[in-house]
Formats: sequence, structure tokens, C-alpha cells
Amino acid sequence: MTTQEIDLSTAADRTATAEKPRRSTFGRVRYYDHAVLLFGVFLMMAPLFVAFMTSTYQPEVIHRHGMQVGWGGNFQETYWTVLTKKGGFSEEVTGLLMTQNSLILGLGFAIGKIVVSMLAAYAIVYFRFPLATFCFWVIFSTLLLPLEVRILPSYEVVQSLGMLNTYTGLILPLIASATGTFFFRQFFKSVPDELVEAARIDGAGPVQFFWDILVPLSRTMMAAIFIIMFVVGWNQYLWPTLMTTEETLYTLVRGIRQVMQTYIGSNIPDYNEALAMAVLAMLPPALVIIIFQRMFIKGLVEQEK
Amino acid sequence: MTTLRIKNAVKRYPNGAHAVKGVSVDVEDGELVVFVGPSGCGKSTLLRMVAGLEEVTEGEIELAGRVVNDLEPADRNIAMVFQNYALYPHMSVRGNLAYGLKNRGTSKEEIDRKVQEAGKLLQIDEFLDRKPSQLSGGQRQRVAMGRAIVRDPAIFLFDEPLSNLDAKLRNQMRLEIKKLQRRLATAAIYVTHDQVEAMTLADKIVVLNGGEIEQVGTPGEVYSNPATTFVASFIGAPPMNLIPARMEGGAIDFGDQRIPHTANFNGPVTFGLRPERAQLGNGGALKMDVSVVEELGAQRLIHGRIGGHEMTLAQPAEQEPPKGSVAVGFRPEDVHLFDVTSGVRI
Repeated sequence: MTTQEIDLSTAADRTATAEKPRRSTFGRVRYYDHAVLLFGVFLMMAPLFVAFMTSTYQPEVIHRHGMQVGWGGNFQETYWTVLTKKGGFSEEVTGLLMTQNSLILGLGFAIGKIVVSMLAAYAIVYFRFPLATFCFWVIFSTLLLPLEVRILPSYEVVQSLGMLNTYTGLILPLIASATGTFFFRQFFKSVPDELVEAARIDGAGPVQFFWDILVPLSRTMMAAIFIIMFVVGWNQYLWPTLMTTEETLYTLVRGIRQVMQTYIGSNIPDYNEALAMAVLAMLPPALVIIIFQRMFIKGLVEQEK
Repeated sequence: MTTLRIKNAVKRYPNGAHAVKGVSVDVEDGELVVFVGPSGCGKSTLLRMVAGLEEVTEGEIELAGRVVNDLEPADRNIAMVFQNYALYPHMSVRGNLAYGLKNRGTSKEEIDRKVQEAGKLLQIDEFLDRKPSQLSGGQRQRVAMGRAIVRDPAIFLFDEPLSNLDAKLRNQMRLEIKKLQRRLATAAIYVTHDQVEAMTLADKIVVLNGGEIEQVGTPGEVYSNPATTFVASFIGAPPMNLIPARMEGGAIDFGDQRIPHTANFNGPVTFGLRPERAQLGNGGALKMDVSVVEELGAQRLIHGRIGGHEMTLAQPAEQEPPKGSVAVGFRPEDVHLFDVTSGVRI
């Protein structure tokens, strides 16, 4: 972890020095650049900041005075309640459990996609089998059929396999990934043929070549795809809503809505808890991005060969 | 003993391309054989057929007494050095050297010993724990050779290993490869398009053109007795002068002048003369009109015309540069005559 952070800062320094000559040719543009950047940061961060600050107030205050920018002092109580209070209709689900569910979905989704798409791309690039190109384009064409379009048949399949209300049912139908396959295919194609030949002469079979050479070489690529897919998986809403009805399988993203819904009636809704949950729901993806950022950029920009 | 015997090797690709058209070559024990030719002549394909990276369409590859046509590259007891080194970028130098041995199931102590040995031999022992990206081009090439050496192969296969290096380093590494090969006394095939590399390294040169052998011989033979006009123009720098002429009644006719020659032939010929084998001045038999003089330091190149055809001749630097017209002399044995249509030596 610590080395990762140190590396992060040096990477940032390096890009800064690398870009200096280009900047200086435009001289004054620099201040303007920063103003634009700061404005962008403000635009993105301000709502988050307000949401976090408001979540530290009592719900009555929020109900009466709206969103807050100051410190409400109720931070510990609210977040403790959100994480540990058994809520929902059945009073069985806590914030912690929902976080756990979200993590399982996000990780399963991301890791499953990486494994499946890497294997698919490996087969397509390195093995000559009939209709390989055709297969690739069939996989690719599934991009034209997003989840929303095929939600009914997907439900039908999961239901008939008896996987409703299971983690498997949540994750398995989603892990085939055309995007991932495409990225890995492009990456594998850029690996020089001589490397494969050298490995063949060194006596590495197909499995060994994949494991000893291709997987380590794809590290940055895997990190990049992991980030994207983890965030996508974490933020799934429609899919878990359809596949799971039991509250013990609720994810954080669904929980936010649950908080607002359950307490509506004569009571004042627990705005603070809903906001706290939203803030909590944002943390893990943000952490993943911070940790993998350096590899992510490396994976997209340079490919070490 | 013969290490490698290539018998009538043919390579035809599924798309109909005919890369190698029946080539037979023997590589004796400890011999360094160079395949040389222009790009697309099939030299790399032939090497890859020996390595097992290309399938053999027809013919036989016999290595150390057994036919290896259907063996995997790893089972052929060969080692290959690639043009772009093809080092595993994520492994240390040690990892690169050890990978093949590990896959063979060699014991850890044995691997360590061999890696150390190869490291010392190639002077890369201090870099063993670095990644290839932290090494210079020459050092990477050494690592690639180290990876070949630790395998103790029956034959080394070099596929243009020096093409990615700058000129100075290339000369240095060329010498090192030769020394190393002599020291290990292992047979080797070396593929290159560079005739200087071919001449300096080879015990035996195989000149290839269009998937066929033009000539096999020692560098000296290939240089002084080229079998065809192709070999004559490919080997030697600057290349041999080849101009059309007529052989009639014991003399070569260039159109505007004739010189006596003893060859027993009548009809059109291609007349060949190496630039460095001509003597300028001193009442030579031929007259050449000088157009341009190029100064090279040790010698100079005199460009001119004989019988309406371009000629380039070399002259030692200590002689006076000629002007206008100069007499060109040469020994009769330095004259090469080739058939006009087939290009074969007469």
C-alpha cells in the first residue's frame, strides 16, 4: 500500500516534469488552465461535499432548512446507525451487510469478466480454429444488446436455473464481456510473435505461455479493466433489483432507496441516513480507482512489451 | 560428423506462396554457416523450418542423426536468437535465462550453475537481477545469447541478431559472436542480409535468392569464384562491375574497344570485374572515361564509362586521382564471364 502511494506521487511528478516544456511554450495559458481545472473540480466535488456535510445533521434540521454546508456534529451516530441498524421491511439487513453484498457483486463481476474475456481473447488470438473471426464478431455484436434490452430473457434463464436470490445468479449471467474481450484481443495482438516463438523454444505449452508470460504482461491491462468493471458492477441497480427479492442480498445502491422508502409516512424521512449511505456507497469505487490509478493509466497509455 | 542435414526442404504456404524451393544444405560439427540473401529470399523461412517454427512442406530436416520434421521446437535441441531479442520483459535476466531450463525440469542447483556460467561468459553476471528494459541493446542481445547458451543446444540459430544495433556495436558484437561460437565449438546457422556480416562470420556461406540456393562455399570461394551474376553482385562492396560484352575469336568486345581473352566461348557474355582488382594507369588494356571520383580515405572510387556502360573502380589513396580518361588493367584470372540469359558463370 505505502509503496503504491509513493509510486503514485512520483508518477504524478514525472508527468508534471514531462509536460513542462509543452506548457512553457504557451506561457500564460497555465493560470487559465488551472482556473478551468479548479472550476471542474468544484463542479464535481461540491455536491459530494454538501451531501457529506448534510449527512452529519439531524433529519429534522435537514427537513426544515434543506441541504447544509456546515458541520452538523452528528457524524458518528448517523454513520454508526447506517452501518449497524437492522433496517428494511424484514429488519434483517444492515449497512455492513449491504456493503458486503455490493463488494461481492463488484468483485465477482470484475474478476469474472477479466477471467472470461482474457480466456476468450487468448483463444481468438493464439489458436487457429474454424470461424474464429466470426466468433469474435458475434461476441463483439453483443455490445449492441445491452442488459436493458435482454433483461426479460436473462431473467428467464436465471429463473429456470434456479439462481434467483443467489450471488451466482447475480454475477454469472453478467460476466461475459465483449468490451473486455476486445481490449484483451487488441493487447494480445500487440505482443510480438517472437515472444511466443521464444516461449515455444523454451518448452512452454499453451497453458504455461498464458500463465507465465501473457498474464504478467497483461497486469496493467487487467488493472484498467478491473477498475472499469468494478465500478460498473458496484453501481448495478436494475439487475440486482430484478434478480434478488430477499433483503439479505440487497446492495448498497439499492439500500439508499430503501432507507427513504421505509420511513416515509407520518415520520420525517431519514435524509441523513440516506445521504450517509450514498457517501458510503461512493467510497469503495473511489478507493479502487485511487489504488489502481497508476496501473490504469499505464494500461491505457503505454504497454510494456 | 554432420550436425544438421537439410534435404530438399520445400516450404509452400497455404496461400500458394513458394518460399523455399528445394534446398539442401549440410552443417558440419562446429561449423558456422551463414544464410545470406536479399529480403524475401527464404533464408529466414529456412531457419524457422530448422527451428520448428514453420512446418516443412516437403523434404527432411535431420538434426544430430534423427529426423526432426514433426518435433516441437522445444524437443529439437536447438536454440534461437531473435532479431528483436524476444526477451520476456517481466522477468529478470536470471529469469529469462532460467525459464527454458525450468520448463525442462532441470534441478535448481544445475540452473543456478548454468546461469552463472553463461553470465560470466557473456559478461552479464552483474545484471542478472535487472529487467531487460533496464539494459542497453548490446546487453539485451547478450542476454538473448545467454538464453541460447544455457540450453546446451546441438545447433545455434541466429535470425539477423545484430540488425537492431547501431553500426559500431554491430561490428563489436559480430566479433563476439564469432569468438563465442569458436569457443563453444557448437554448430550454428546465422541468417543475415548483410554481406559483410556473412563474409566475416562464415565458415560456409549459402547465398539464397528466390527460395533457391545460388551458391554454397567458403567466403573466399564465393568472393573469388561467384557462380552467378546474382552472387557476383551481392557479395563484395562495392559490388562487382557487370557489363554486357561479346566474346568472339579470343577477345572480349565492348563495342568501342576489344581486349584479348582466352575463354573458349563465342557469343554475348556478361563481363565481370571487381572494382578493387583493377589497376589504373600503367598502360592498361581498357580505356575508361572518368566522370566522378569518390574519396573514401583508404581508397577512392573512380566512376566512369567503358563502352557506354557504367563502371566503378577502386584506387589506393596514395596514387594520383585520374582525370579525363584512364587506362584500366587487370589480370586475366580476375575477369569473370557469365552467360547473358541464365547468369551462370562460363
